[in-house]
Amino acid sequence: MITSDLTAQRIREYLSKGKRFDNRNSEELRELVIETGVSKNAEGSARVKLGKTEVLVGIKLDVSAPYADSRDKGNLMVTAEFLTMSSPRLDLGPQPFESLELARVIDRGIRESHFIELDKLCIKEGEKVWTVMIDIYTVNDDGNLLDAAGIGAVAALMNARVPKYNEETGKTLFGEWTDNKVPLTKDLPISLTIHKIGNSLIMDPTKEEEDISETRVTVCTSNGTICSMQKGNSKELTIEEFNKVLDLVEKTEKEIVKKIEGSLK
Amino acid sequence: MSEFKRPDGRKVNELRKITAKVGVVPNADGSAIFGFGDTIAIAAVYGPKKMHPQHSQNPEKGTLRCTYNMMSFSVTERIRPGPSRRSQEISKITEWALQPIVMIDEFAGQVVDVHINVLQANASTRCAGINAAAMALAHAGIPMKGLVSSVSIGKLDKQLVTDLIKAEEDWEEGEGPTDIPITMTEDGKITHIQLDGKITPAQLKEAVLLAKEAYPQIHEAQSKALKDVGEEK
Repeated sequence: MITSDLTAQRIREYLSKGKRFDNRNSEELRELVIETGVSKNAEGSARVKLGKTEVLVGIKLDVSAPYADSRDKGNLMVTAEFLTMSSPRLDLGPQPFESLELARVIDRGIRESHFIELDKLCIKEGEKVWTVMIDIYTVNDDGNLLDAAGIGAVAALMNARVPKYNEETGKTLFGEWTDNKVPLTKDLPISLTIHKIGNSLIMDPTKEEEDISETRVTVCTSNGTICSMQKGNSKELTIEEFNKVLDLVEKTEKEIVKKIEGSLK
Repeated sequence: MSEFKRPDGRKVNELRKITAKVGVVPNADGSAIFGFGDTIAIAAVYGPKKMHPQHSQNPEKGTLRCTYNMMSFSVTERIRPGPSRRSQEISKITEWALQPIVMIDEFAGQVVDVHINVLQANASTRCAGINAAAMALAHAGIPMKGLVSSVSIGKLDKQLVTDLIKAEEDWEEGEGPTDIPITMTEDGKITHIQLDGKITPAQLKEAVLLAKEAYPQIHEAQSKALKDVGEEK
């Protein structure tokens, strides 16, 4: 089921001529489809399809105690589950490392961009704050789950409303919502991953391409400012290549922002 | 006796709107989505394939393995992701509901995996899951004697109703709620039944008949979805 040597060799040959199996150029994304409000009981939700890759993201809110180092701010929690349904390679049992990494990379991108105004999610300093939980599920893995999940998280957050809360009992009234949206800034954090195969830098790899990727860099930008980054895999990257990564990310960010905003209308 | 009023205005024997579609997970060998109104389950089938871990292999015949899971945000109060005692039990119940119709004896040492995920819940999630699973198995080309269809029958106070919603599961008046999910084969044999509540034997018999009355409609939706995709190919 892992990409064969022959296919790998063919992918490299194609890329050396600037071509890909699906006729995309190296910087082109597959068709991106974003739907919001796909699960009614969630505070917010989104389904993102990048070609055949599909993820579902749901937002839930609950009231809990703040962390000791942020007594007047809401909490953010991101989890990811690679559903066994999404790939023939996954077996029941503990989650693969990639699942943990994906959740942490998405978490940092959103956290560091200050996209969620966590200070507005404080109910009583040191005692009660809202916790925003972003749960990511993979439905079909055909490569680049990370970017799909990042887009899904942002779209689901923008779709989310705050549940009702009973101040006397200190309980959240699940299933009843206020008209308040989750407080967000205007600058959407967009995580994009660039992969290096041979001498080529490509975006949005399919599973086959991802298999032979030698290294990757995920960059999260928010209105042109970089707010988090992670390089994965061991192959080295020259400074020229790194600069090109940043150019590619900068070029694509706005296109994604437009798509997400469009999905919410 | 005055007409019994259901919270969503349905007749006592009326199902919610059914949604059914196959081929929703491209990587899987077979897949389907099935919905009773707001309750939506996705099922994907992988296999027959080699069974891991090896000690679970059955050298005599193939194994059907079902995994039922609710997405954390599928209900109003978030559930912790990952398996729970409830989900493990439902997984097993689902296996038992499907085993009589799948003919996988010849796949010795191998497993057919059925992964069920609930995207949105408003009661009867296990029934929607079983319906989706039966479709996904057929879509995967697993040899089968036929489909199974599943529906929950409820008793609200003294009244029997078909296809429970959450508001009915939490019925507070009179004798309260009784929830009876039932699964049957096409020829009317019960492959799964559970019950929580309080009911007389006579009324339980009635409940089974009420379920039987609902199956043609479910079965039709399931087979239509399978037929539609067959024609696309």
